[in-house]
Amino acid sequence: MNLHEYQGKEILASYGVGIQRGIVASTPEEAVAAAEKLNADTGTSWWVVKAQVHAGGRGKGGGVKLAKSLDEVKSIASDIIGMQLVTPQTSAEGKLVHQVLVAEDVYYPGESETSEIYMSVLLNRATGRNMIMYSTEGGMDIEAVAENTPHLIFTEEVDFKVGLQGFQARKIAFNLGLSGKAFKEMCKFVVSLYNAYDGIDASLFEINPVLKTSDDKIIAVDAKVSLDDSGLFRHKDYAELRDKREEDPIDVEAGDAGLNFVNLDGNVGCMVNGAGLAMATMDIIKMAGGNPANFLDVGGTADAARVEKAFRIILQDDKVEAILVNIFGGIVRCDRVAQGVIDAYKNIGNIKVPIIVRLQGTNAIEAKKMIDESGLEVHSAVVLQEAADKVKELVG
Amino acid sequence: MVNTYFKNWCDKKSKGLFSQPKLKNRTNFYRTMSVLVNKDSKVIVQGFTGSEGSFHAGQMMEYGTQVVGGVTPGKGGQTHLGKPVFNTVANAVKEVGADVSIIFVPPAFAADAIMEAAEAGIKVIITITEGIPVKDMIMVKEYLADKDCTMVGPNCPGVMTAGEAKVGIMPGFIFSKGRIGVVSKSGTLTYEAVDQLTKAGLGQSTAIGIGGDPIIGTSMQDAVELLLNDPETDGVVMIGEIGGSMEPDAAKWIKASGSKKPVVGFIAGETAPAGRTMGHAGAIVGGSDDTAQAKKKIMSECGIHVVDSPAQIGAKMAELLG
Repeated sequence: MNLHEYQGKEILASYGVGIQRGIVASTPEEAVAAAEKLNADTGTSWWVVKAQVHAGGRGKGGGVKLAKSLDEVKSIASDIIGMQLVTPQTSAEGKLVHQVLVAEDVYYPGESETSEIYMSVLLNRATGRNMIMYSTEGGMDIEAVAENTPHLIFTEEVDFKVGLQGFQARKIAFNLGLSGKAFKEMCKFVVSLYNAYDGIDASLFEINPVLKTSDDKIIAVDAKVSLDDSGLFRHKDYAELRDKREEDPIDVEAGDAGLNFVNLDGNVGCMVNGAGLAMATMDIIKMAGGNPANFLDVGGTADAARVEKAFRIILQDDKVEAILVNIFGGIVRCDRVAQGVIDAYKNIGNIKVPIIVRLQGTNAIEAKKMIDESGLEVHSAVVLQEAADKVKELVG
Repeated sequence: MVNTYFKNWCDKKSKGLFSQPKLKNRTNFYRTMSVLVNKDSKVIVQGFTGSEGSFHAGQMMEYGTQVVGGVTPGKGGQTHLGKPVFNTVANAVKEVGADVSIIFVPPAFAADAIMEAAEAGIKVIITITEGIPVKDMIMVKEYLADKDCTMVGPNCPGVMTAGEAKVGIMPGFIFSKGRIGVVSKSGTLTYEAVDQLTKAGLGQSTAIGIGGDPIIGTSMQDAVELLLNDPETDGVVMIGEIGGSMEPDAAKWIKASGSKKPVVGFIAGETAPAGRTMGHAGAIVGGSDDTAQAKKKIMSECGIHVVDSPAQIGAKMAELLG
């Protein structure tokens, strides 16, 4: 589950991580009030207004702007709230902005130069341990840094049994070329950042940039925080931070129905049991000359109610020209699934696209017979290759 | 004299000096038959009296698996499905000599169950549970590092040695005794491959579902290694998906091993969009190296026979062995 920048920063702050302070606002008036409060609390007289959407590269799309007066805060906030923000990480239509974060200006001049650092915490899947990844090249696209100057990216792995140690924090601060007060601040920053990651069952922290201010403080200026969905049962309060407006409404509807669904752009819908077979079915659609319209894992119990819900969700997409149902009945019996398909078809009524049903496994032959004798516009198959050929025939 | 010898032997045994070498150093010599589980495996079910545990324990027994009991804390002393229920895994090991455990415990308690099994001396731990927090699995992985056991899963369909033992949730009837090993991250895709192998007349030796989570006990390379070293296995089907680097790692190991047994490979997720998790928590394209295309390329370069369609797995293996 992804969090907004402002939510992520609040959590970091609760673990003692230094952050750029800010207040979230849903209207231009709230933005001005937030700016006034920040002025009183922090003394800042410039503000950064940042669109709160789940996508990176917000600055490039005009979603992050500096305001030098309260009037500017108001006009910038009214521009950003309600805009369709397009960034390199969104679709071409962009994302509707519901909220902005009004934040203090942290690039103020002072005794030393400011510098931007990249830091993330994530799982190293190869070793099964968490690691801190960091670079002096902050504020930039980290993929580009990895591509062009890989020697500027460092990693530090954490031993779960003892946690992040002091010498590791110092090594990070030294590698970042820090000294004096900034060095000490960085050591504290790294330790509290890791503690936060560990404490909240996070699956990714990406802080880009971490800023060394002109008075040698170390603070998180941005925060991309993702939580491990499997760990949410331990953090009911964080589970409530989910902003469904940021997700595809169809994905949300499917999720609420207990279906594992990802909406895609193609013309052939599919309904499959098992994630691996679902991905493989998408690949088969592509090889047959179509394009998958979705990923959909109906799970182990492909009963009539779930099949019907799945059909209804797939059919909401008017680009869909055909639907391939691919069920390998292991524990689940194919004749039950076939009955589910037939019932769902009759309940929904008026399905205009052809449906190919491939049922294999327990009672597959009976299931095929049921489909064939139902009198519905449904093509049946048992062998996977047959199903692929039928897709080709219909949309290829 | 004999007593002294026996005492020394006991001391060594208690210090674990006779324990099996770690997976990476294992060779065939001590393994007389089949991979991970066989007809002699004494299986206990953790989460025995729950609905999942009950159902699948029944199915496993029906297949002929030697289920010797189960563990449900607080229900020790009862009988379930005609088998004894124990409070702890240690009791099950002591009383009925369990050496394999299958875990159906809910996600919040699954890590604890795995560690309990390892501590009690279970040799093969198969975790079916889906949705265990990654943090718990990091802890489990560290805990198991110096234990003498092999963990398979979590979030997997289990392990099945055709005609001998089913320790998992795979449908038994699609299997037939044969000489092809199957390794897969995915449940239903495993069934697909197994079914094709059966219909091609090849059958299976052992099928290992390694699971689709970011952290798993037995990697694809570990599983491939077990199968290629198995004298009862003549060829291996390796099914992977987007995300991580397990398939390229296994492929490179196969090439370096010089094994002459044919390996057929498939990677699901060529059409998956980057940055989205596709059902399995581990199935997400992060960079350019973990796409289906990149993995297939490396596998081909390592001599694996990669098929583009999952419908071709059985036919390809038949062609190679024909």
